[in-house]
Amino acid sequence: MNSAVDLILIFLILSNLALLGLSRLGACIRVAALQGVALGLLPLFLVESGPAAHQLFFSALLIGLKGIVFPWLLTVVLREIQVQREIEPFIGYGSSLAFGTVFLIVSLWLGSRLPLPASMQSGLIVPSAFFTIMSGFFLIIARKKALTQVLGYLVLENGIYAFGAALSENQPVLIELGILLDLFAAAFVMGIAVFHINREFEHIDTDKLSGLRT
Amino acid sequence: MSFFIAGAVIIFLSSVSSLFFGRKGDWASRVGGLGTVIGSAIALIPPLQVLLKGGVLSLQTEWSIPFGTFFIQIDSLSAFFLLPILVLCALAAVYGIDYLKAYQTHRNLGPVWFFFNLLLVSMLVVVTARNSLLFLIAWELMTLASFFLVTFEHHRPAVRQAGFLYLLAAHIGTAFLIIFFVLLGSRTGSADFAAVPKIPSMAADILFVLAVIGFGIKAGFMPLHIWLPHAHPAAPSHVSAVMSGVMIKTGIYGLVRTICLLQTPPAWWGWTLIILGAVSGLLGALFASAQQDLKRLLAYCSVENIGIIALGLGTGLLGIHQNHAALAVLGIAGGLLHVLNHAFFKGLLFLSAGSVLHSTGTGQIDRLGGLMKQMPWTAAAFLIGAVAVPGIPPLNGFFSEFLIYLGLFKKGINSGLETVIAVLLTVGGLALIGGLALAAFTKAFGIVFLGSPRSASAQHAHEAGPLMKTSFLILAMLCLLLGLFSPRLIYVLRPVLLSLTGLTNEAIQIELVQASSILSQIVKVAVLFGLLAGGLFLVRIRLLRGRRVESAVTWDCGYAQPDSRMQYTGTSFTQFLADLFGRLLPTRKNIASPTGFFPNSGQYSEETDDSCEKYLFRPAARQIVRLSAKLQWLQHGRLQVYILYIALALWILLIWKLM
Repeated sequence: MNSAVDLILIFLILSNLALLGLSRLGACIRVAALQGVALGLLPLFLVESGPAAHQLFFSALLIGLKGIVFPWLLTVVLREIQVQREIEPFIGYGSSLAFGTVFLIVSLWLGSRLPLPASMQSGLIVPSAFFTIMSGFFLIIARKKALTQVLGYLVLENGIYAFGAALSENQPVLIELGILLDLFAAAFVMGIAVFHINREFEHIDTDKLSGLRT
Repeated sequence: MSFFIAGAVIIFLSSVSSLFFGRKGDWASRVGGLGTVIGSAIALIPPLQVLLKGGVLSLQTEWSIPFGTFFIQIDSLSAFFLLPILVLCALAAVYGIDYLKAYQTHRNLGPVWFFFNLLLVSMLVVVTARNSLLFLIAWELMTLASFFLVTFEHHRPAVRQAGFLYLLAAHIGTAFLIIFFVLLGSRTGSADFAAVPKIPSMAADILFVLAVIGFGIKAGFMPLHIWLPHAHPAAPSHVSAVMSGVMIKTGIYGLVRTICLLQTPPAWWGWTLIILGAVSGLLGALFASAQQDLKRLLAYCSVENIGIIALGLGTGLLGIHQNHAALAVLGIAGGLLHVLNHAFFKGLLFLSAGSVLHSTGTGQIDRLGGLMKQMPWTAAAFLIGAVAVPGIPPLNGFFSEFLIYLGLFKKGINSGLETVIAVLLTVGGLALIGGLALAAFTKAFGIVFLGSPRSASAQHAHEAGPLMKTSFLILAMLCLLLGLFSPRLIYVLRPVLLSLTGLTNEAIQIELVQASSILSQIVKVAVLFGLLAGGLFLVRIRLLRGRRVESAVTWDCGYAQPDSRMQYTGTSFTQFLADLFGRLLPTRKNIASPTGFFPNSGQYSEETDDSCEKYLFRPAARQIVRLSAKLQWLQHGRLQVYILYIALALWILLIWKLM
């Protein structure tokens, strides 16, 4: 039981590092999708007595959205705009990975400091959740392409979800649904926006949008 | 209480449902207006009950919001403020049905009614709420609803600007109020309103100052009034009537409630209010007389009347502090009754001015004229309002001011020299305010309704629609009736005075009986005078019977071809005031004087700015802009860096907390 949870969490950490180091957008989307699937499986292993029906349903929904729908949407956008890789990010891939290790250390420290309810399944869960949140933030801040930023938001939300999963075994379904709905709308809007930005300006570099200021 | 809740719910439901009828002609008006009238009539029952029979109605239920309880209560003070709110809003809604007809072809009227009724509901909650959180939510709702009403004609840049200024001012006020309520709550240990147990005078002083600023911005005390002359003319007329008549009074309500909670006012609170009131009154009346726009004139007149109310309350506080029963009772009674009176006569004035605007399309006083012939009912209504403002008996504006005078004189008669001087200065200020207001309204009525039309639009004016006429005529009747029944009316305030002044029932009763007997004599004389005038009028009709009556041009001073532009203008009417108070009125004159023996053209026009705006707020705003420009490097429009700011702030906070 515990080892499965740890396995998922380690995968989470590794996928974050991969996202920080990858430049090809297609690969980024696939890694984020895998991360979503792993997260969807996480709550199933957290409960001692086996998952209840509504948890199964919810996990299926989550995997469906994060593992299939979002990646599919983003891939469609990617195909439309014909951009393959993130060129000239604000922070290069090597230094991004270096930042990533710093984040990992900070997260581990935070995880050891944060007072939490005793019934934690795994000591790794809080640090990995923090690390995912930080990576998401970092992706939003350090990359130029709108698409990578959407991915950043997705990763950020994954981290929040992992944190929520850690804190309560019986998550309030409503809250989860709320977050998912937000995210769905966000991804949808961003997808459309990316597409339109590309059509209007023939690139999706958000830093050049600041030229629109008056 | 259930009637009150039911009324409020009806108003709210009609507010929401009018949204669905927005595109269906005047159905939105019918739904919204009818809901307001029915709801107000039902909601009026409990306050009347409280005022006439005494007692306190309250309702308290749990609320899921932290620190919040849904706690509303109608005591005599709330009931007294509910009265004008409900009556004026219902009449303004009736007026609005006709007034908005002009817009229904090209505008969606749903939102107007939605926000109008929402404004009414929020005001009802503001004056009954007994929980700070509930109060602040209602207060904010009131601000937002009125903001959307002010910006009704948002296609005009001036209206958008006025709306923004209003929003800004209101939120600065709310910021002060939030601090006020947090401090108050920390003193009483609960978010519910409760009398503050003995607190150090320092803390009470801070609370008082916060309340004066926070509530004063809404009420429109003089240096804080700058949103008023912009927002009132921008709003549709029935909305300006409500905003000026009752919404700004919620500021006064807040202040009085604060004084109730803090108890034992020191002398300087009274003096602060007296000085604020005198400044607002004087400058308000002065600016009113210099305005060229009818509704702007009325807006400044609201500032003036708020000044009179503050002056009354201030003298009352001074009386409480010095244990002088007459000053305390009459000052506070005068101030509070002026709230009621101003609500009605200012509502009346805005509604009748609105029908002038509605039929001529302009509020520029110098482009109107001679409207009495085309709009006799509107003219009569405006005249009654204009006579009530400066306080001429037997109209209602008179007796509230009279009570303040009476209190001051009673104080002045048997006290030391310093007090006498202070009292005389206050009396003089009050008298000057009345005189200036008289000048302003003589100008407004004379130029707009008398003489002959100064423009084509004034020439083709038409009388207001039946609903508009009904509502302002009812208000005119109310102004007259309140004045005539004033000797009885002042007893209504006894429970309010009892809780505010801390005097015994007998002491208050003695003062009220004395004031009432003097008032009834004045009313008798005024009624006699009215009968005499009526009798003379009958005699005139009799004498003229069977004779030929001719009408001729009014302004024919021996000119060969008299023109309507040769008449006195509003500007020339108040020129002596502009010259006399030149320092206080920053008037920009634009003169092109005629030259030579046979001059071709000459021109004169003037505009009066608000001196507070010009000398106080604009320089301050410039300084703020200059200082903020130094921080502009933070703001360069890169999304990524903004997110970095947020992320850094969050992480640093988290790490700092866990260190």
